Amino acid sequence: MTDYTATVTVRLKRGVLDPEAETTKRALERLGFELDALRSTDRYELDLAAESEDEAAERAGEMAERLLANPTIHDYEVAVERAEA
Amino acid sequence: MTVAVVRFGGSNCDRDSVQALSHLGIDTELVWHEDGLPEDVEGVMLPGGFSYGDYLRAGAMAARSPIMQEVREVAAEGVPVLGVCNGAQIGCESSLTPGAFTTNRSARFQCEHVHLRVENADTPWTAAYDEGQVVEFPIAHGEGRFEIDDDRLEALEADDRILFKYCDESGAVHDGANPNGSKHNVAGITGEDDTVAVMMPHPERVSLPDIGAVEGQGVLRGFAEA
Repeated sequence: MTDYTATVTVRLKRGVLDPEAETTKRALERLGFELDALRSTDRYELDLAAESEDEAAERAGEMAERLLANPTIHDYEVAVERAEA
Repeated sequence: MTVAVVRFGGSNCDRDSVQALSHLGIDTELVWHEDGLPEDVEGVMLPGGFSYGDYLRAGAMAARSPIMQEVREVAAEGVPVLGVCNGAQIGCESSLTPGAFTTNRSARFQCEHVHLRVENADTPWTAAYDEGQVVEFPIAHGEGRFEIDDDRLEALEADDRILFKYCDESGAVHDGANPNGSKHNVAGITGEDDTVAVMMPHPERVSLPDIGAVEGQGVLRGFAEA
């Protein structure tokens, strides 16, 4: 078994309104920053031991499917790397 | 007829729901989620509140608690299930009903009275009303914007699964009468069977004569109708 860190990034599907991101963008503009768009995501870092990188990714993907993301409104992606010793 | 009102950590409309149902003569039992459903359960109400502090997403945690597996099982057997506010969010998160209730367009918590148009009066929950009738219910939510992909929304419309839409006083459905940005102004829908329903507005808060209006009683009487 090897220790991995799986990072699950959950974001709203394209086209789904994100009022918090819109509000944040307006606040940045009020501070004088120029930007075209702002998207927010939720990021979960999971430490887990697995036989392989693929197995770690598969398990993290299941966690996203079952709880971390809501498939009605979210897309998600999983990235896995070996945990630092 | 015993309706179980399921209390999660953070539910706060549970006692209101018991009081409103009891007022209508519906036998009601307050059930702590860890205790499971009573064996003779003949109805389930998922009340409003902030179960698990709305962690992750409103309703996400409660939807994955063991009692919700029981609720899905009895719902499949035809036991009526009504989710209100946080209960509606739990209903969608647990796949009892399609879609999701997410952050209001305003990004704010909104506590106000809204007008609703009855879209389908041929369900247990709306049988007391006429199609097109306008009722006034309170809302109190930060995550009540109904989201669903366009194809599934069209299917809900085509299958007459929309119970209520946000409208103005005259019953006109338009964006200006949409308090939270819900798609097609949807305020409540049914599951695959119309014995399962979820809605963001609070019928139990307009069901006791002492409080004033009693327009919400019709929805709660659905437990006796279903």
